[in-house]
Amino acid sequence: MKIELAPLPYDYTALEPKIGKRTLEIHHDKHHAKYVNVANQMIEGTDMEKDDCATIVMKSHKAGNQGLFNNAAQAWNHDFYWKCMKPGGGGKPTGAIADQINKDFGSYDEFKKQFEVAGNTAFGSGWAWLSWDGSKLVVDKTIGAGNPITDGKKPLLTMDVWEHAYYLDYQNMRATYCTDFLDSLVNWDFVNQNFASAK
Amino acid sequence: MFRQGNKLSTSISRLSTLASRAAGVRAKSTLPSLPYDFGALEPVVNSEIMTLHHGKHHATYVNNLNAALEKMSDAMAKQDYATMIALQGAIQFNGGGHLNHSIFWQNLCPVKDVVAPSEANPELAKAIEGQWGSLDNFKTEFNTKTAAIQGSGWGWLGYNKQSKKLEIATCANQDPLVMKGLVPLLGIDVWEHAYYLQYKNARPEYLKQIWQVVNWKDVAARYEAAKKA
Repeated sequence: MKIELAPLPYDYTALEPKIGKRTLEIHHDKHHAKYVNVANQMIEGTDMEKDDCATIVMKSHKAGNQGLFNNAAQAWNHDFYWKCMKPGGGGKPTGAIADQINKDFGSYDEFKKQFEVAGNTAFGSGWAWLSWDGSKLVVDKTIGAGNPITDGKKPLLTMDVWEHAYYLDYQNMRATYCTDFLDSLVNWDFVNQNFASAK
Repeated sequence: MFRQGNKLSTSISRLSTLASRAAGVRAKSTLPSLPYDFGALEPVVNSEIMTLHHGKHHATYVNNLNAALEKMSDAMAKQDYATMIALQGAIQFNGGGHLNHSIFWQNLCPVKDVVAPSEANPELAKAIEGQWGSLDNFKTEFNTKTAAIQGSGWGWLGYNKQSKKLEIATCANQDPLVMKGLVPLLGIDVWEHAYYLQYKNARPEYLKQIWQVVNWKDVAARYEAAKKA
């Protein structure tokens, strides 16, 4: 099946004032759309034509097909990223993920610190991740289109730190974006859903 | 598989030299001044971008490089090899960022000061034509390769001292061109911060326009120096 460009789960203005309408318009309708279109062009006429996006990501990674991986993984990452945010989100989680965070990090504040460090030290374009590795939560950073599913982990939460994700709203202040993401945007309901499936 | 390769091999010895200089002299890197006003490259690169790019991004590389070198110098004094190794990434990133941007500001000049390569240095113009057939062909190949960089990085015209030839190369993130064994002559920054406020996602358009502010006199001077070195 073709990789879909799903609409945003909310209005283009929904994440203001943290992430502006213009950012979401360009980020979703241009950047994300291009990854989807290029990936679809690349899988046409191949045995991956009928595969879902995650399968294409894994197959292209295994095959060393960097061009296809870069586009398919970015399509996957962005689709996941939109769902990781919601208007009026952020702050301390509740539910199973909150308990697991306390168990594996000691406290939410420690998780927050590690997640922000991951976002701030991705030296270039990349992503910060909270994933389930089979027995515990881990915070990772990836460069470019990198994604923890290729390491056998189950992603629960991601934050895009490619500059296009925040530059119009934050300019060089990536650290402020990372903090605002956690304080005001994270959709912990989605993270809890992912955690429930992952365990 | 697609993670950055282990840079350990890049050279601990080079770092030791750098660190021992730092330990001995405690020289700090400094942010070089822009050779022109923040608005001087308009309409190709606007003053908002130049203000942030120089005053924030490049300044941060300088500050973080100095901080990393301080830590490296302390680690050297304690013979704390684990810390020295752990600092390599920060030194490569921030040191590379400082090197690259220092070249970049010189590589550009206001539209009114631009001269053609043939006027700047006929040797350089001849070398470009010899290599690529024409200046336009060179720009097309440069732009194609540079636009295709995934994520953040730089497109370069470099000089290969072994072959004595010009080469187009690309580097990821802030990796300096020396890591590819070439002498940097002209670099174009394609980190999104270099163009996003003005060009948004249209990186190819930025690359099309940037040639209007390339300072071929500076490129030629680097070429002459590279040939002699």
